[in-house]
Amino acid sequence: MKKLDVNLHKGDMLQGKWNGRTYTIIRELGSGACGTVYLCKDSQGEKYALKIGGDSSRVMLEVNMLKKFSKVQGVKLGPSFVDVDDWEVRGKGVYPFYVMEYVEGKSVREFMRGRTKDWIGICALQLLTDLDHLHRAGYVFGDLKTDNLLVEKARIRWIDVGGVTPIGRAIKEYTEFYDRGYWGRGSRKADAAYDLFAVTMIMMEMVYPKRFSKGTDPVKVLESKLHAAIPLKPYRSVILGIWKGRYSSAGEVTRDLKRVLMHPGRSGSSRRRGKRMASETSEVLAFSCFVMAFFGVSIFSFWM
Amino acid sequence: MKPGRLKQILLLTDGCSNHGEDPIAVAALARNQGVTVNVIGVLDDRQNEKPQGLEEVEAIAEAGGGVSQIVYQKSLSQTVQMVTRQAMTQTIQGVVNKELQEILGKDQTIEELPPEKRGEVVEVVEDLGESCDLEVLVLVDTSASMHHKLPTVKEALYDLSLSLNARTGANEFSVHVFPDSKRAIRRMIDWTPELSEINSVFHKLSSGGYTPTGPALKEALYAFAAKPVYDRQDGVDPYEETGR
Repeated sequence: MKKLDVNLHKGDMLQGKWNGRTYTIIRELGSGACGTVYLCKDSQGEKYALKIGGDSSRVMLEVNMLKKFSKVQGVKLGPSFVDVDDWEVRGKGVYPFYVMEYVEGKSVREFMRGRTKDWIGICALQLLTDLDHLHRAGYVFGDLKTDNLLVEKARIRWIDVGGVTPIGRAIKEYTEFYDRGYWGRGSRKADAAYDLFAVTMIMMEMVYPKRFSKGTDPVKVLESKLHAAIPLKPYRSVILGIWKGRYSSAGEVTRDLKRVLMHPGRSGSSRRRGKRMASETSEVLAFSCFVMAFFGVSIFSFWM
Repeated sequence: MKPGRLKQILLLTDGCSNHGEDPIAVAALARNQGVTVNVIGVLDDRQNEKPQGLEEVEAIAEAGGGVSQIVYQKSLSQTVQMVTRQAMTQTIQGVVNKELQEILGKDQTIEELPPEKRGEVVEVVEDLGESCDLEVLVLVDTSASMHHKLPTVKEALYDLSLSLNARTGANEFSVHVFPDSKRAIRRMIDWTPELSEINSVFHKLSSGGYTPTGPALKEALYAFAAKPVYDRQDGVDPYEETGR
């Protein structure tokens, strides 16, 4: 597994070995364990994002995913794929890279600054809509986290689809805070619910930007953090429902979340709780009637 | 193509070997026998600099055809699963490269294919990594300086089994510790598909003042060789031959 470190600067030019297209670096957009993303322009002056560095087989896997998921069922999911090639540097080696659409947007945290709590639900709704399309195509996002998202014109966009995994397979890449396995809430097998869990953690992160770790009792830590988060109060029952595995598709969550957003103050949780309490009361009533009747009969028979 | 079974030794240590034969030589021997050796050097969360002797970590993994990483305790869980997976991919890539060379000529490797073809090969490697069977012998250094890191190690190993058991392929783990007063290593958990019993391990461990990494690795290699080979796949899974 070769790991190639590249450090490019403004004005550097790359030419692909196979397709021959040339790109000029404008500036760095971000870097991580699996390479660096640069803003660049092609010979026509069109702006793109270019990813280079990191392990070469990973680069290819990402390209495969981009090709598959820039569009699913006519819906734009990830950034559009533009080009993949090798950059040959004499005496140094070959650096595989790929070029994709440049998504110009704000980070989720930046976007949320100064916005009302309604936006937590709206962002979640946007994520769920895209996830629903992906899940229907037979895949899960996998490493769903704020680092892999940007907000472009008040719409959440995915910028890194490297963790996309076919349903039924093992999640290869995850980030502990968003991973249900880490929180003791299930396996790392790719299913729709795996992504749903990550969505709840993104909602939590909007309230706790510094995030938090699991401690000795992960399940308890998670629930107490949820209960302490006032902005999440309207969404509490939906979030808890996801944690308890009550939802198996993004569509079901969308339905319940929409209900919360359409009827502020009359959230699904309070209504449902009300119903449950009512049915409990009737059960208790029925039971006590039965007990009293039984006693009545036994006292009556004792007297006889 | 059938991936068969991948065999790995995962060594968790925090220092340099100082007793017995050269662990690098033993790792090379293991590689020769088809067993990959991965090494993780575990640092204290408070430690600022890399302590002396940890270069050995890289050298052992390199000789053993595996992956090495030096990490702080807090990122141990993620590292353990990443290293194991990387090593699997690396081994499979090695096999695929060999096949490619047989078909396309001596110097042909995955890296030299045009991007489209490379993309297809990488997909095949992924499929094999998902479906192959895996045996991991975990070897934990329990010398004095490792003692307070053992709860983290335990957690990381449990997490490893969670990650790998999400795969389609079968897994088997076994956990050994060293040094031991009687033999080079002591078996704590026999071959098992899940590491859920790991919580009961690591109690009452005697700590030695020396770190016989070489002899421990050798003993681990013997443990692999002594493993009963009952091919569970035969007759149980009729689809095995046709591939998945």
